Amino acid sequence: MDRERTKRYVPVIVRFEADGRLRPQIIEFDEGHKYPIDKILDVRRAACQTVGGVGDRYTVRAAGKERYLWFERDRWFVITTS
Amino acid sequence: MTRNILHVDANSFYASVECQRRPELRNKPVAVCGSQEDRHGIVLTANYIAKPYGVRTGQAIWQAKQCCPDLVVLPPDMAEYVRISKYAREIYEDYTDQVEAFGLDESWLDVTGSTGLYGDPMTIAREISKRVKFELGITVSIGVANNKITAKLGSDYKKPDAITRIEADNYKEIVYPLPAKDLLYVGPATVEKLRHMGITTIGRLAECPESVLTYKFGKMGAVLRRFANGWDPTPVRRQDYVRKVKSVGNSATTPRDLTCDEDVHLMLYLLAESVASRLREQGFRCTVVEVSMRDTSLFTFSRQQKLEMPTASSEEIANTAFKLFKQNYSWIRNIRSVGVRGSDLVDASAGFQLSYLADGIRRDKWERIDAAVDQLRQEYGYMSVRRAVTCTDPVLGAINPRGHTVHPVGYFGG
Repeated sequence: MDRERTKRYVPVIVRFEADGRLRPQIIEFDEGHKYPIDKILDVRRAACQTVGGVGDRYTVRAAGKERYLWFERDRWFVITTS
Repeated sequence: MTRNILHVDANSFYASVECQRRPELRNKPVAVCGSQEDRHGIVLTANYIAKPYGVRTGQAIWQAKQCCPDLVVLPPDMAEYVRISKYAREIYEDYTDQVEAFGLDESWLDVTGSTGLYGDPMTIAREISKRVKFELGITVSIGVANNKITAKLGSDYKKPDAITRIEADNYKEIVYPLPAKDLLYVGPATVEKLRHMGITTIGRLAECPESVLTYKFGKMGAVLRRFANGWDPTPVRRQDYVRKVKSVGNSATTPRDLTCDEDVHLMLYLLAESVASRLREQGFRCTVVEVSMRDTSLFTFSRQQKLEMPTASSEEIANTAFKLFKQNYSWIRNIRSVGVRGSDLVDASAGFQLSYLADGIRRDKWERIDAAVDQLRQEYGYMSVRRAVTCTDPVLGAINPRGHTVHPVGYFGG
């Protein structure tokens, strides 16, 4: 059965590189759940079909899993399932 | 040399952007409408689910709701539309530096010089369409032709999410049966005149002798015939091209109907201030002042007057506009929106004939007052200094005419 997906804005620790690129480092869901990003696999402009939103989509590996992290306007969001 | 022009038109742009970011709306009839409180309560864009119900751009919200009771009405979020429009432009600019925007949702692209790198125009069109869908989550219709007018017909021909190529081999087959009103610059008045001449389709217009059309429409007649035949040599402007400003104007639909001369006078002051300050900002003075009014039955009229001397003074523009209004309006109905425009612009730094009479000195004084007001407003905000008359009516006086978005749309660069 399809679980419901929701858009969740999250705090992210980001490093600003000298060339202007952003490198997200840690996704902080809440106090108990902080996920360091091991690797950024891909960055591209994309529209999020499932929960809506347009921005820069970072494909990252965090806690051994690949997932999308979106930078939309001035906020970061992830797709969570409940 | 044959050019390769694309016209890219984002389908139901505002509504599509809203449906993209709110997936729960995607299966519902949606219309983005002007704000109801300020009485711009008309449909700006409806999505493809709402359209079959008869919801149309320009309808009042209540009319749209009558056509479609379940219609989801959303207020516009211009900042978001501008952002998405900018992203779309970034995609186009990957293929050519000749991108000319026509409003937020339409652009012409000249890809003549890019075909060697990216493939034929149809390939580029398909790639753009795919990228817009993936990157922005909305669809576009693209017309592919050898000129701007035909390219636009192409993007209108099939919607949404389609690509139409119109070139010499299929021009007559596709374009000739289209109604004349589909052609850019054929409005309701022209349609009516053409109908009287027995011309209802673009094909009939294309084959009508030029002399007949120029007799009826003057210079525009020849232009229309050229457009109908797909002969349009106008270039696609480069991205850094700045249109030559021909006039500066501002209009507003007021939060309540204007019912007396005082109301109109107040609004004209507000608008003239904005027009005058924009004239000064751009280093112009105007020699013609135009005033336009729309009454509650949506009947519109405009009148203009030439000034003795070029001006950028809000006082003079407002007073001329008010005088024109007084001479030409007899209050049969209340007024719903007003506009002021300064045209026939001259360079403010160029010399002009001074007058021996006293009003020359007064004009200079007013312009210095205006300049001081500009400076104060820039530093302390628009409301920091106001004419006392704008305090007489808190509703009308609170309008900031410079806060309006001005849509720069005009094919001839007008």
